[in-house]
Amino acid sequence: MSDTALAPSSTALNGENGKVDKPRSLFSDAMRDLRRRPVFWIGLAVVLLVVLMAAFPSLFTSADPRHCVLARQHEPPSGVAYFGYDFQGCDVFARAVHGARTSLVVGFIGVAVATVLALVIGMTAGYFGGWIDSLLSRIIDIVLGVPFLLAGVVLATRLSQGGRSTNVVPVILVLGLLGWTTAARVIRSSVIAAKNQDYVTAARMLGASSARIIWRHILPNALAPTVVVLTIALGGFITTEATLSFLGVGLRDPAISWGIDISNATRYIRLAFLPLFAPASFLAITVLGFIMLGDAIRDAFDPKLR
Amino acid sequence: MSRYIARRLLQMVATFIGTTFIVYALMFAYTNDPLQALAGERPVTEAQRRVMTERYHLDEPFLVQYGYYMKGLVTGDFGQSLTGREISEMLATAWPVTAKLALLAICFVIIFGVSGGVVAGLRRGGFFDTASLGLTLIFISVPIIVIAPLAQYLFGVKWHLFPITTGANPSFHALLLPAMVLGALSLATNMRLTRTSVAENLRADYVRTARAKGLSRRRVVGIHVVRNSMIPVVTSIGVDLGTLMGGAIVTEGVFNIPGVGFNLLRGIRTEDGPVVVGFVSVLVMVYLITSLVVDLLYAVLDPRIRYE
Repeated sequence: MSDTALAPSSTALNGENGKVDKPRSLFSDAMRDLRRRPVFWIGLAVVLLVVLMAAFPSLFTSADPRHCVLARQHEPPSGVAYFGYDFQGCDVFARAVHGARTSLVVGFIGVAVATVLALVIGMTAGYFGGWIDSLLSRIIDIVLGVPFLLAGVVLATRLSQGGRSTNVVPVILVLGLLGWTTAARVIRSSVIAAKNQDYVTAARMLGASSARIIWRHILPNALAPTVVVLTIALGGFITTEATLSFLGVGLRDPAISWGIDISNATRYIRLAFLPLFAPASFLAITVLGFIMLGDAIRDAFDPKLR
Repeated sequence: MSRYIARRLLQMVATFIGTTFIVYALMFAYTNDPLQALAGERPVTEAQRRVMTERYHLDEPFLVQYGYYMKGLVTGDFGQSLTGREISEMLATAWPVTAKLALLAICFVIIFGVSGGVVAGLRRGGFFDTASLGLTLIFISVPIIVIAPLAQYLFGVKWHLFPITTGANPSFHALLLPAMVLGALSLATNMRLTRTSVAENLRADYVRTARAKGLSRRRVVGIHVVRNSMIPVVTSIGVDLGTLMGGAIVTEGVFNIPGVGFNLLRGIRTEDGPVVVGFVSVLVMVYLITSLVVDLLYAVLDPRIRYE
């Protein structure tokens, strides 16, 4: 299952690896650097564990997270339910394990949507320049000028109206539509930097089309910084999904999400602590894992940013 | 400089119009029958319909409606909420609470974050430095929806150190815990920023010169290192203040603080369009103005920075 977790980064890096000579040395250099970092290994281990949990929740728990019996309300932990039962009498641990899938699906697809937007907009702005660049840069400024959570809450409310409450599409759209700006800026500047290199001029003189120049010569250069920005963004996206669900505007009740469980548990916090603790620690550790992984990758690929 | 300010102000106007338009469109466009949505389940009489249609200019095209709304906004008329309260009045009662909370949070950041960062930066690699790096990593990665209920449980429910919720007209004591929770992320990032900045400046040429002149370590650190290290920190804290003013939705919700974020969330949940648009417009304005002030402050603090 590790390929799903690393799909965006590994394909990106392989593409770079196979084609251009210079990034290959950067890539192998970065890999050597990564292998020596304990932070990278810890982050990777956490992420892989969460991916495993999302793919095969039955490996970790045999209880049905939607099977709730009111008679078991707030029962203490036992050998069957490691974290006891919540207010509705659902297995707290089972719900926390099954929540991983929602978080990861929303996080990864959200990042994919943001990547596509960032690539298209950043490439266009950087490659064509002139008034197209000015216009797109102003749009980036406007989106960046709005507080992220504020815009997310408004957008999520509006997009999720009328749809099924377990639908993850509105939340993914919110993350994708609001989260592309930083990556687009990074891509734009690396495209501008690559555009004036000799090998691009050479390709143009040989009669290569714009599409070919972008695809074969400029895109590979922009990939490394993009992968870095987006890996770090993943942790933020997972947090945002949980926060939106916590506020009641993201996913709603029949869906299983850490944000929903945290929100429900806070209401009965005077009665039981474990229903809050389980989803909260799962969420915190997952985000920590992604941030550690992202930090390590950033340090390895971009020594200047340290 | 004045050209720069003029350009930024123009950009701000564009951002403001863009944002309010998007929010306005999201809240009001594409509803089949806004009046029915407004009234909820209750039936709407013909007379009510006529009055409302006139008040909200519903018989005009969408862009004209937006124009009317902007005209009201510029002249300070935010309109009424769906429950009939003046939105400007709601803002006037909610704003001081949020401002108090945000300022208190920033005080925590300055007192603990900045001083902690200076100490960590001076003794880089020491015990305090390592411990604070680990601790701040936790603050940075643990989302506020985890920190807020956890702090509420530990300090409020279990140890009875602080009130669990604050309610209307919160006292200073009641705001302490929410402010700490709200400031946690900013505290961690600014502590790291201060640390890096101090550690970098300690190696700078001018510090070596100051030492070579025979100045005491106290003077070198206090005057030369710390002052110069504060330049990026001040700007970062300024940006955070702007964010905290508008981003306290979760904290205010958990601790029941009747501030801007709390009212906004209630507006969103009850689909109170006028409240949401009004509050968001003001919040975006505050955010834009703080970021402009911060950018200008940057140039004032650091003479090397010149805006063309």
